[in-house]
Amino acid sequence: MGRITLDKVQKKFGDVEVIPPLDLTVEDGEFVVFVGPSGCGKSTLLRLIAGLEDVSGGEIRIDGNPATDLPPAKRGLAMVFQSYALYPHMSVRKNIAFPMKMAGMPQDEQDRRIAKAATALNLTDYLDRRPGQLSGGQRQRVAIGRAIVREPAAFLFDEPLSNLDAALRVGMRMEISELHKTLATTMIYVTHDQVEAMTMADKIVVLRAGHIEQVGSPLDLYKAPRNTFVAGFIGSPKMNLLTGATAQKHDAATIGIRPEHLDVVPEGGTFTGRVGVAEHLGSDTFFHVHIPEMDEPMTVRAGGEVGLKHGDTIHLKPQMQHLHRFDAQGLRIA
Amino acid sequence: MARAISPRKKMMWTVLAWFFGLLIFFPILWTFLTSFKAEAVAIADPPVWFFFDWTTENYTAVLGRSNYPLALMNSIVIAVGSTLLGIIIAVPAAWAMAFVPGRRTKDVLMWMLSTKMLPAVGVLYPLVLIAKYFNVMDSRILLVVILMLINLPIIVWMLYTYFREIPGEILEAARMDGASLRNEIIYVLTPMAVPGIASTILLNIILAWNEAFWTIILTTVSAAPLTKFISSFSAPEGLFYAKLSAASIMAIAPILVMGWFSQKQLVRGLTFGAVK
Amino acid sequence: MATEHSKASARIMIAPAVFVLLVWMLVPLCMTLYFSFADYRPLRATFDAWIGFDNYVSFLTSDSFISSVIVTLQMVAGILVITIGGGIALALLLDQPMFGQGIVRILVIAPFFVMPTVSALVWKNMFFNADNGLFSYLWKFFGAQPYDFLSQAPLFSIIVIVAWQWLPFSTLILLTAVQSLSSEQLEAAEMDGAPGYSRFWYIILPHLSRAITVVILIQTIFLLSIFAEIFVTTNGAFGTRTLTYLVYQRVLESQNIGLGSAGGIVAVILANIVAIFLMRIVGKNLDT
Repeated sequence: MGRITLDKVQKKFGDVEVIPPLDLTVEDGEFVVFVGPSGCGKSTLLRLIAGLEDVSGGEIRIDGNPATDLPPAKRGLAMVFQSYALYPHMSVRKNIAFPMKMAGMPQDEQDRRIAKAATALNLTDYLDRRPGQLSGGQRQRVAIGRAIVREPAAFLFDEPLSNLDAALRVGMRMEISELHKTLATTMIYVTHDQVEAMTMADKIVVLRAGHIEQVGSPLDLYKAPRNTFVAGFIGSPKMNLLTGATAQKHDAATIGIRPEHLDVVPEGGTFTGRVGVAEHLGSDTFFHVHIPEMDEPMTVRAGGEVGLKHGDTIHLKPQMQHLHRFDAQGLRIA
Repeated sequence: MARAISPRKKMMWTVLAWFFGLLIFFPILWTFLTSFKAEAVAIADPPVWFFFDWTTENYTAVLGRSNYPLALMNSIVIAVGSTLLGIIIAVPAAWAMAFVPGRRTKDVLMWMLSTKMLPAVGVLYPLVLIAKYFNVMDSRILLVVILMLINLPIIVWMLYTYFREIPGEILEAARMDGASLRNEIIYVLTPMAVPGIASTILLNIILAWNEAFWTIILTTVSAAPLTKFISSFSAPEGLFYAKLSAASIMAIAPILVMGWFSQKQLVRGLTFGAVK
Repeated sequence: MATEHSKASARIMIAPAVFVLLVWMLVPLCMTLYFSFADYRPLRATFDAWIGFDNYVSFLTSDSFISSVIVTLQMVAGILVITIGGGIALALLLDQPMFGQGIVRILVIAPFFVMPTVSALVWKNMFFNADNGLFSYLWKFFGAQPYDFLSQAPLFSIIVIVAWQWLPFSTLILLTAVQSLSSEQLEAAEMDGAPGYSRFWYIILPHLSRAITVVILIQTIFLLSIFAEIFVTTNGAFGTRTLTYLVYQRVLESQNIGLGSAGGIVAVILANIVAIFLMRIVGKNLDT
């Protein structure tokens, strides 16, 4: 079981309020991702849940039991750190065994769990090596192994993939998702990478300056961003946001249209502009189009073989059913 | 980065570097060679290099002189004792400053460093007076305490820089893994800190072993370490080079070996982290 | 992480170190300060607790003080020139590709670990001695008159001994600094067409400037209190009496405690002037 409830949880460093009172419920078995730009308080929030930081106010409950004043060790949570935080002087086996040893688990049970975790994580051949002799991906797996053998109520991940290279990151993303499916344990995952959030989460929590901007499934956030911040943060490439007269035509202060919801038309269309940089990915092409209505170039996704060059004139027509409208406060107009 | 270097150029650098290396090392080498010569050979004109009757009689002669073993023993007790005493006081302080830094931590560190810069002559007479008052002149305990005090800032600093390199995340991981503070110290912190503590001990034994102000001034015979013993080493003029060499080699050999092991720590320890 | 409880225990852990250093610094220093205003000559059983600044006046105006300051400055400057110049050259040399780099490094570092009394005695007898020293043989070999270093050029002799001991220190630190210079930076300069000496002058030397400053400051602090080398070789005679040695003689040889203490306070003040600069550099580095 691993239902985590935050009730008016607040954190101050001195006089600076990093996290204003905040409510959040993580359901048992859910994969929740905290996402936001750096400095948004997502890691601090995770560390509050872990017990590595003291809360300044409010209450944390794990499975209904108050955990606010429990030390980290007593909360039954396991954490995977950004730097992996492996014990450099212990072998992989001892690293994985450490939490069980601390819990005073019988030796044969420890061995059984180590063997199981090592098989699941492809670490069997490396059990007697030191962390220093392993690659980044392997260290990551050891850190995960150390977390799973405890059979915790929930896993906490603090930007675990940010030290890996791009190819490895995609692979580890899959492995962690797979792990979640197998274990069906609550996982809370912190990242600044919205792609990781979209691909892994059951539920995404978008944070900015300690505030929760929106909570929802990846598709909720994609289809109905609650405000301009979430609209701009979720989705890749970013949503095009237009203000001023163009928006007013639609009774809004800001309108947003995603690159994939713009059609290239031979002539006419709503926007006419000049093609700037074109990114050919093969399956798709992203055009950065300079239009008078926007300061920044408008991003457009087109099919792989659209034959437009730098400097060509392009006509664009948004798919009206996918147009997002926001009011002067930046909030979504339903 | 990897650029092919012509063998000729490499040879040239090798010859040049070895020449200067040996030139700088020469006084030690010469002392070493002389220590195995008979006294007459030691002052032979022209000097004899390698081909002479190697003898160990100088070593036995020096060891046989009543004071030498005592001085050696004093050196060991004073160097090791002052270092260990310093470590006992410094480890908790450095640990606290590295892991629970407060607003004043930096000031405390800088102030400790400033005590190291106090010239010894500024406190010369009071120390003689205090030593006489407590009746500890020419005693090992006095030197253990004084050398501990003059090296304590370096010990604290070195340990502090080592401890700071232990990532906080690892200690947090241990806490998450259910380790109590005691277990955290026993299983995680200590094993990771041991290499740093060991090199700190090494460097400070070297510094204490070679200290030659207080050891000369505050001892006469019974607590006199090798520094003092050597400074008063004399014999009939002209006929004591070999014995002087043997005594010198014995005084510097163990420290030389330790020193070679602690090259890296030397930079860290003596520049207070200002050069990395 | 830092809770109130852990802060309290941290203070308790720091306390012993702070306490012993505080006592070590304050008690003797205050005593010296006290004596420096007294006329205290135990051998003549003179004790007058307050004579104002008389000791300072007579110490600062004495010829021996002026000459000791000059000797100290000459000695420190001479040693610094040799160790910094030689250190840079050796550091650059040791950074070159060669066979047996590790061994050469060990040879170069060795003198630093030789205890001061040993190196002074070895140099004095086996190298500088007019009758049996190696230099005398060398001089004779080239047909020159043997030269009595320690009485003819005592200051120079001591500079040579101490510079020999400290050259490894500066070499080692400068070598560390040289090795931290990225080779890409040098290659960029090479691509930009800078010849060898300009690369040294515009890239390597500025990169080393911080390390050089640190070496100068640290060595100065240690060199201001050179003692054993003088004690063993000339015992302060022949114009080798440094400020440190002068104070030592006033206090322990002539037992003029008041005068010597005033000198000690002067030495403390002078050392602190150098120390302030060093502390600034170290302090800056602590933040990063």
